[in-house]
Amino acid sequence: MQYIDNIIFLILLVAGFGLFAKSLSKIYRNIRLGREINRSDHKAERWETMARVAMGQSKMVKRPVAGILHLFVYVGFVIINIELVEIIVDGIFGTHRFLSSIFGHSFYNFFTATLEILALLVIIGVVVFFIRRNFYGVKRLTMKELFGWPKHDANWILIIEFALMMAFFKMNTADWVLQQRGLLPEHGSFPISSTFLAPIFNNFSDSVLFFTEKAAWWFHFAGILFFMNYLYYSKHLHIILAFPSTWFANLNKKGKFNNLESVTKEIKLMMDPNADPYAAPAEGAEADVPSKFGAEDVFDLNQVQLLNAYSCTECGRCTSVCPANITGKKLSPRLILMKTRDRLEEVGRNIDKNGKFVDDGKKLLNDYVTKEELWACTTCNACTEACPILLDPLSIIFEMRRFLVMEQSAAPQELNLMMTNVENNAAPWQYNQADRLNWAND
Amino acid sequence: MDFNIKTMAEYAAEGKSPEVLFWVGCAGSFDDRAKKITKAFCKILNKIGVEFAVLGQEESCTGDPAKRAGNEFVFQMMALTNIEVLNAYEVKKIVTACPHCFNTLKNEYPSLGGNFEVVHHTQFLKKLMEEGRLKIEGGAFKGKKITFHDPCYLGRANDEYEAPRMLLEKLDAELVEMKRCKTNGLCCGAGGAQMFKEPEKGNKDINVERTEEALSFEPKIIATGCPFCNTMMTDGVKHFNKNTEVEVKDIVELLAEAEDL
Ligand code: SF4
Ligand code: SF4
Repeated sequence: MQYIDNIIFLILLVAGFGLFAKSLSKIYRNIRLGREINRSDHKAERWETMARVAMGQSKMVKRPVAGILHLFVYVGFVIINIELVEIIVDGIFGTHRFLSSIFGHSFYNFFTATLEILALLVIIGVVVFFIRRNFYGVKRLTMKELFGWPKHDANWILIIEFALMMAFFKMNTADWVLQQRGLLPEHGSFPISSTFLAPIFNNFSDSVLFFTEKAAWWFHFAGILFFMNYLYYSKHLHIILAFPSTWFANLNKKGKFNNLESVTKEIKLMMDPNADPYAAPAEGAEADVPSKFGAEDVFDLNQVQLLNAYSCTECGRCTSVCPANITGKKLSPRLILMKTRDRLEEVGRNIDKNGKFVDDGKKLLNDYVTKEELWACTTCNACTEACPILLDPLSIIFEMRRFLVMEQSAAPQELNLMMTNVENNAAPWQYNQADRLNWAND
Repeated sequence: MDFNIKTMAEYAAEGKSPEVLFWVGCAGSFDDRAKKITKAFCKILNKIGVEFAVLGQEESCTGDPAKRAGNEFVFQMMALTNIEVLNAYEVKKIVTACPHCFNTLKNEYPSLGGNFEVVHHTQFLKKLMEEGRLKIEGGAFKGKKITFHDPCYLGRANDEYEAPRMLLEKLDAELVEMKRCKTNGLCCGAGGAQMFKEPEKGNKDINVERTEEALSFEPKIIATGCPFCNTMMTDGVKHFNKNTEVEVKDIVELLAEAEDL
């Protein structure tokens, strides 16, 4: 019976990681429902961008308060990961503070002391975030579009982080007091625990302390597993997906929108006086013509756009700078990504249930995102500039506009007029091309 | 001062080619307000003796508004036609006073077969100034408060924030920056084909929001670098009944004025 702890630990560990892997594979499968896009060029620049933006959080410094607090919490996340190594070894083999045997005395002291300080910073960050989000009224965090799950989600994660860090301190304090009493070998240095919590813990009996240390350790471990599996249901997926999202980010100038190759072919044929319009398409040519122009549903978006939808932190930096949103229009770039994710999840559940996607009579366009939102976008790129993890809501808006115009001819009337003018007069207004130089003689 | 405007066809007939092609754009060709910007730019080029040509009747819309409205067909029809014309004249370098034309020619034409060096008029003039060909004495604007509205398609879309500012500094005016400037600039509301339609319902129009911000500094002049921004800001200033106190001017207009052209 002496191995019962180790066995329970192993079972939890395998189940936790197994579930997590399952969620990740679901995300991967869903993302692959999108169109393929080649973003494997400029590898060096991509690694550099990822290191700078995702790891170095270079875009977070634009808002210093949020930036620094976020850094605390982020570092906390990293701690959790380093910690996890020690926890796993201790848990499987029943050792106590395994890393001390590898690091040596003084380095382990340094290591544990650093973790304590970082954990304190996390607590500060989490508390301030909680207040900002719930009582202080930063507009982008209190907008109507976040009511319901997104708001609870944000709070839950703060609470979980807080609880995890508290468990961490309790564990350390109990350990430290026991070490002082000579009941545990002396490993580590705990500046925060020994100063702030030890005075309380000193009053506890040995057995209470042993129990607290174990309980906090288990809580911490189970908490991490829970946290990990919670990610799938949360905007906090960004702590993982920010990495691929920044790696696959668009490296072109923001003003450069893609040209549809299939259209080029068709127009070249039209312009070529020698082309036979009735000629059968060359063998294999059919394959690279997409079945439709633009995007009506998640299947028509590309895989990076779908990855973006899963990565979005719902921080609203994009929406808070969107000129359309600022002036009270329905468009919110954040909401475009949130809805894309919702629809993609719905499609995923459909596939889980039926084995393959069975038409549910719904589409991203109209059922989730309305035309009114799409037409309000000025393509100004404020949203893409603001996003701390280089997401591109504009590209999704743009693809859906393409669908509206090229597949459904559903542009607002005035735009139809403009487009006809461009087509017939080579200018968006109804002027004659022959008059183009009249200004010189006015 | 009279203009001296030559077309690409005229140059070709003489068997010569100009230093640069001036891409006038639809607004610059047809819009009454924007035509003044076009002329101001030509005056400056004439004055310093830059040999330039326009396409005139052979120029078409770059296709930008159609593209951003979502109509890739119309866009590419324009683009491929223009590229054919430009390539036939073996054009190497293009300057334009419209950031939308600039962006489209520079970024979206290459993959369709149009490879040119494309610069915005502020970049072009900055270069001329650095080369010593253009000299500006700022007397006329000394001490006047000017604020500059960044065009999205020059700024965020193409990372050019310095050229317009450098020119404005030469005017010796007092340049004040709005809070939302450079990468954080606020759109004037015209981009993405919005110019050609009524805005969606909201609390206010984007140009009103933007002009409000500009006016809060009580400038004498709101400087622009885009004919569409110019229209939007002019309308905004009218909205606040400030059109007698505050002028909306393109940077080249200010430069031309400084030089008394
Ligand atoms: S590009 Fe469109 S969605 Fe993004 S900020 Fe500008 S108007 Fe809003
Ligand atoms: S798209 Fe980027 S800026 Fe907008 S809410 Fe998502 S993470 Fe934040």
